Order: sequence, then structure tokens, then C-alpha cells
Amino acid sequence: MTEATLPTLPTLPGTPILQLVGASKRYGEVVALGPTSLDVAAGRTTALIGPSGCGKTTALRLMMGLTRPDGGTVRFRDTVVHGVEGIRAMRIRMGYVVQEGGLFPHLTASENVCLMARHLNWQETRVRQRLQQLAELVRLPAATLGRYPAQISGGQKQRVGLMRALMLDPELLLLDEPLGALDPLVRAELQDDLARIFASLAKAVVLVTHDLAEAVFFGHVIVLLRDGQVVQRGSIEDLVQRPADPFVTRFVQAQRRFDGATAGQSAKGSA
Amino acid sequence: MTAVGIWSVVLAASLSSPSPSPSPSPSPSPSHRALRVASKTFTESVILGEIAVQVARSVGAEAQHRPGFGGTRLLWNALTSGAIDLYPEYTGTIVEELIPRTLEKGESGLDARLEEALAARGIGLIGPLGFNNTYAIGVTARRSRELGLAKISDLRGHPSLRFGFSSEFMSRRDGWPALRARYQLPQVEVNGLDHDLAYRGLRAGELDATDLYATDPEIPLYDLVVLEDDRHGFPRYDAVFLYRLDCPPETGLAIPAMARLRGRIDAGTMASLNVRAKVEHVPEGEVAADFLRASLGIIRPKLDRPGWIPSVLRHAAEHLVLVAVSLLAAILVAVPLGVMGARWSRLGQLVLGAVGIVQTIPSLALLVFMIPLFGIGARPAIVALFLYSLLPIVRNTHAGLRGISPGLREAAEALGLPPGAIVRRIDLPLASPMILAGIKSAAVINVGTATLGALIGAGGFGQPIFTGIRLDDVGLILQGAVPASLLALAVQGGFELVERIVVPRGLRLPRSS
Repeated sequence: MTEATLPTLPTLPGTPILQLVGASKRYGEVVALGPTSLDVAAGRTTALIGPSGCGKTTALRLMMGLTRPDGGTVRFRDTVVHGVEGIRAMRIRMGYVVQEGGLFPHLTASENVCLMARHLNWQETRVRQRLQQLAELVRLPAATLGRYPAQISGGQKQRVGLMRALMLDPELLLLDEPLGALDPLVRAELQDDLARIFASLAKAVVLVTHDLAEAVFFGHVIVLLRDGQVVQRGSIEDLVQRPADPFVTRFVQAQRRFDGATAGQSAKGSA
Repeated sequence: MTAVGIWSVVLAASLSSPSPSPSPSPSPSPSHRALRVASKTFTESVILGEIAVQVARSVGAEAQHRPGFGGTRLLWNALTSGAIDLYPEYTGTIVEELIPRTLEKGESGLDARLEEALAARGIGLIGPLGFNNTYAIGVTARRSRELGLAKISDLRGHPSLRFGFSSEFMSRRDGWPALRARYQLPQVEVNGLDHDLAYRGLRAGELDATDLYATDPEIPLYDLVVLEDDRHGFPRYDAVFLYRLDCPPETGLAIPAMARLRGRIDAGTMASLNVRAKVEHVPEGEVAADFLRASLGIIRPKLDRPGWIPSVLRHAAEHLVLVAVSLLAAILVAVPLGVMGARWSRLGQLVLGAVGIVQTIPSLALLVFMIPLFGIGARPAIVALFLYSLLPIVRNTHAGLRGISPGLREAAEALGLPPGAIVRRIDLPLASPMILAGIKSAAVINVGTATLGALIGAGGFGQPIFTGIRLDDVGLILQGAVPASLLALAVQGGFELVERIVVPRGLRLPRSS
């Protein structure tokens, strides 16, 4: 349905793809996210970081339309997203990598990846081509494609999840703790692959993590949240040298101490 | 017998109408031109029903018998609602239970006023047939000789006699309390107990007297003497036929023909017919035929009685129709209900509550409730089984969908799949093991419950079971019970095969990582 109508805009790096404009969300008395404005730009990776309950996951859910804002708006390509149909149209142009892959256990890896394309009645040859291309991109062995989620490892589930998110060639890729549940070696390997993939695709990427090292590794822009508010957005240099708040310094130092203690596990290029 | 031979017999048996006697219920398309006769769940009533059917057939009318169809209340309702045309009844029961307060108490004798009261309800009466099957007091012949007991009033002189009465007789207004008051009986050792135990007690000499019905086959069997009710302590229970005054015209001659039975069956005759059927295990149809030949000269045309294999096959076919139709309908309704209930939780609670309430209705009661709505036969049984099958399927569908992890549902939503596609491609396959388990338990319950369908004329394996219970014929009971159990096992096994086809392979894999 939507495919033919997709605008083929040239996506210059820095063009905003998705924007939160004063978007806020509360659950009963609890403010999950105060009025927040945030741009997600093409060709950039934005890392949302902060302690648990800071609102980073809520921000991601607002971007996906999995939660509707109480105030403010969500804009996709300069258009306010509203209504069930609007959200669905937007989602087809986004790819979402769920924590731990979120694969459907009753479908094989390749069925998981191709689910949406088949629902949109893509031609089978086109589906196969795209599947092949993505398997190469994420370095997934061909044999794994025929397996069920219960039969493949955690790292490979994440790769399949990434393929599924990329299948329709979305303009925006969102990842929720993509390396969260993996053991250190797998984690390091996948981290490098992800960096390579993000670089080669040059898409807008939003990544939620609680690990500053990960945010620094991937993120062109780091957005630090606390208690439902953006405390600071900028590069790691900005956070270290020009902290907006004493909390920024405390957060950075706490993570660095942790980093030092586990040096080598999540450092760059350790694989 | 070859397979072809068996099937041709089955075919012949199902096509030939009227069906052979004692007639298991006919196929679920009752010809409305036939006289529909039913009887109560005890031997005497079944014999009287057979007699009525054979008399009707002897004058060329079509007649069907649903033997052992149900209790008093069920038969009366079936008659007044037009589901059946005729059944045997007792005047005492009509006056005391069916149309109470119409006639003055105690006036249980047969007179014009009773016929008038029935006619006002569209019911006619044929009778009395000749015997009064009232309560009676029986003592052993030995004790009767020793003490010179012939009348109930003779009991007054022997206060140490030990009485053992059925619980119903102990508690009924017209039972022991009324009897003691009327005869001023002095006995103190009076116990309520099971009727069969009372007979054994009499034989062992531990009891001296018990309550009986005047035509009980146990009277000759245990060599009992019935004491004369010299002060008329018991109401009269004259046997009669009740029939609908608007019987179809095609059965025109049948009712007048039955008038010939008036006064032809006395208590001794009835008791001996009961003995032949219940003690000697002669089929009721034959007992009735022998009686009609001897007393009215009615010769029953010779009928080929099908062997047990065709009858098992026919019951299997009836049973499978009951189970398959009701289960299929339940799946078609319950799965969507479960899906909607899982999506809208308020609706879910409502639906689960409603089907839960249906499940609390005892299955027999549910079957009976269906009669005024759907008549008798397979239709009401299928509706009842359908209602019964809803709960396991709705509940499991609901629980299966609710059990899907929110992360997976969100992943499906985030892909941009519309709700219908999520249900079809994600929810139902993921919940399929649960849904199938629900269908399986519904099916197994259904196979068992369907045996009760025989009580409202739906046929199936319940037919030989209930006939067997009535006749105390273990072989006949097994003819229904064994195939019913095998069918339940087969259903269970069949669903395990279906599981392999329906449940996606990915959900049947052992977890590994």
C-alpha cells in the first residue's frame, strides 16, 4: 500500500527525519517524560542514555507510536503523526530492533525477516534478493535462516532482529538495548558489526542504552535523560568538558569508574 | 459378515421405518406423521409403551417408541409441548403431581372430572388399563403364615415387627406418615434404606415388611405377600395412557384401537410381564407382543433384529454426528469470542462469566431445558453440547492470547502489521497449542456428555447404556460404554496428531541456546 507512495527524498545528512516537539507522557501521577523536543537526523546515530526510569524508553516508544503523547506532537518528515493509519504508515518506514531480538518463535529466522514484506505482497524474487543482501550485511550464515528462534544463539537472534527491522529499507532505525543481554565476546563482535552497518547504511539511528561506553561508541549525538527531562545533548566532549549540570559529571564519572574496572570487555575494537 | 454386508444392514436399519422394537430412538428426522410414543425410565412403563406402539401398528398407523425417555416431569412437559403424542401414566401421579389443586385431595380415582381437567389442557386419557400400581406393604410369605397377616390393619397387633422402607416412601406425604396415622401403627423399628437392601433384609429375615409397588417383579421373586389396604390408606395409581387430543390425523385409528386395552391388564398380569422383562431379560418388545397375541389376538409382524455390530455402528454414527456438529459450531463461535475477549478485557470478563455460568448447569438439566426450545432428538442435544463446549475453548483461547509476551505483541505492532494480520499471523499461531488443548478437552468432555443425549431421544452410545441400566443388562451397557470410551481415547489421540499439523514447528522445539 504505502510503498509506492514513499517519497524518495534525498536524505542529506542532518535532515531531521523524526522530531519530538514538546512531547510529554505521564502514567497516572508519574511523569514518564516531561515536555521534550528532540530531533533525529538522517545519517546520524542518536543515543538515548540515562539511569533506569529516566524516560529514555518512553521517548523511544513515543517515536514508534507505541505510546501516544499527552502533550506536544511527534513529527515524521515534517508531518504530524496522528491516527492509527498515520502511525501504521510511519512504522513501515521505520525499523525497530526489540530487546533480545523479539523474534516470533513460531516463524523461522527468514520468515521473521520477510513477514512484513510478504504481508505487503512483495514479489518472491524481490523478497529473496533482499533477504540475501541483508544476510550478507549482518554476516548471518545461510543455514541459520531456516532455523527457529529456539534453535539459534542470542547474538544471532539480534542479527535476525536487525534484518527484520531493515527489510523494508526504512529511513529510521530504532534499537532498544541491542547488546543488553549478550555475553561479552558476542557483544564485542556484534558491536563492531553494528557500527559498520550503521556507517554503511547512513540512516537515522536511535539507540537506547544505559551504558555510556556503548553510547559513545555508536552515538554522534548523546542525549542524557534524568527524571523524564533531557539534561544535556551533545557529543561526549560536550558532556565531559561542558557539563550542563553536576549530574552529568557524576553520571560520566560513575560510568568511567565502572569502565575502568571492566576494561577490555566493552572497549572499542576489542574483537 | 462382510463389511459390505454390515453396511447394507446398517443402511437397511436406518431406512426401514418403523424401526424394529424395542425401538432405539429413530434417526433425528422424526416423521411427523408417526405417532410418537415415549415411556418412563422403568421396565413397566417401557412395556406399556411397547404395547401402545404395537397396537397402533396393528391398525396400520406409523408409530415410534422412545423407550425410557425420562421421568414424569419430562414426559409431561414433552406431551404438553407437543414433542411426543402419547405415554403411559398413573392417575395418582396426575392428580397429585401433574395437575395438583385441580381436583380435591384424595380424589385420585378416575372420573369424568379428571378427564375434563386434562381435556382443558389438550390431553386425552385412555384407561384405566386394569391395574392399580399403588404403594403396597409386602411381608414375607413365611411371616404372613406365622402371624396370620393378610391386611395392613393386621400389623397393629404386632408392635415388634421391623419395617424397612425406601427413603422416598419414608418422606412422601402419602407414604409412611399417612399410613401410620390412618392405621395407628405402633411399630418403632422403622428404617429408611435402599430398596434393594430392603429386599435382601427380608430374605435374610432381618426385616419383616417393606413398601412395594403392586406390580413389582420382586413380589413373586422374593415370595412376598401384599397386604390388603383395607382402610384405603394409599391413593389409587391406575395405569392409563395420556395422549394429545390433536394427534395427527394419519394416526387416526391408533387411539381408538388402544381403547381395546381398557381393563385388559390386571395387577397379576402386569407383574408377570415385569418379571419376564426384568428378571428373565426378555426384550420389552417381545413381552408386549406375547401379551397382545394372548389377550387381544394381535400378531406382530416378524422383524429382523439387527445384530450387535450394526447397532454399535449406528450408535457410533449418531454419536459422531452429535459430537462433530456441536464441536465444530463451538469452535467457530468460541475462538472469535476468545480473541475478542483477549482484546477488550471488559468484554472478555463478560464472555468468560457467561460461558462459565453455562458450565455450572448440570448437563442433564441443560439437556432438559433445551426440550421446550428445540423439541426432542438430536437438535436439542447438539445445542446443549455446543453450549457445553464453549467454556474450555473460549477460556483457552483467551488465556493463550493473554499469555503472549507483551514484547512480542509490540514487535508485531511496531512492524506495522494491522490488527487483523496480527491476530492471524502472530496471535493465533502463538496461542495455537493452548487453543488446541481447549478444543481437545471440549471434545473429550463432549464425547462423554453426548451419551446423556439418549435421554432426550438423540441416540448415540447412551442408548444401549441407558437401556442396559434399565434392564440390568451388563452386556448392553458395555455395548455403549466401551465404544464411548474408545471414542474418547481416539479423539484424544486424533488431537495429538492434529497438534503436529496445526501447532507451528517452532513452538514444539525444546528450548536451546
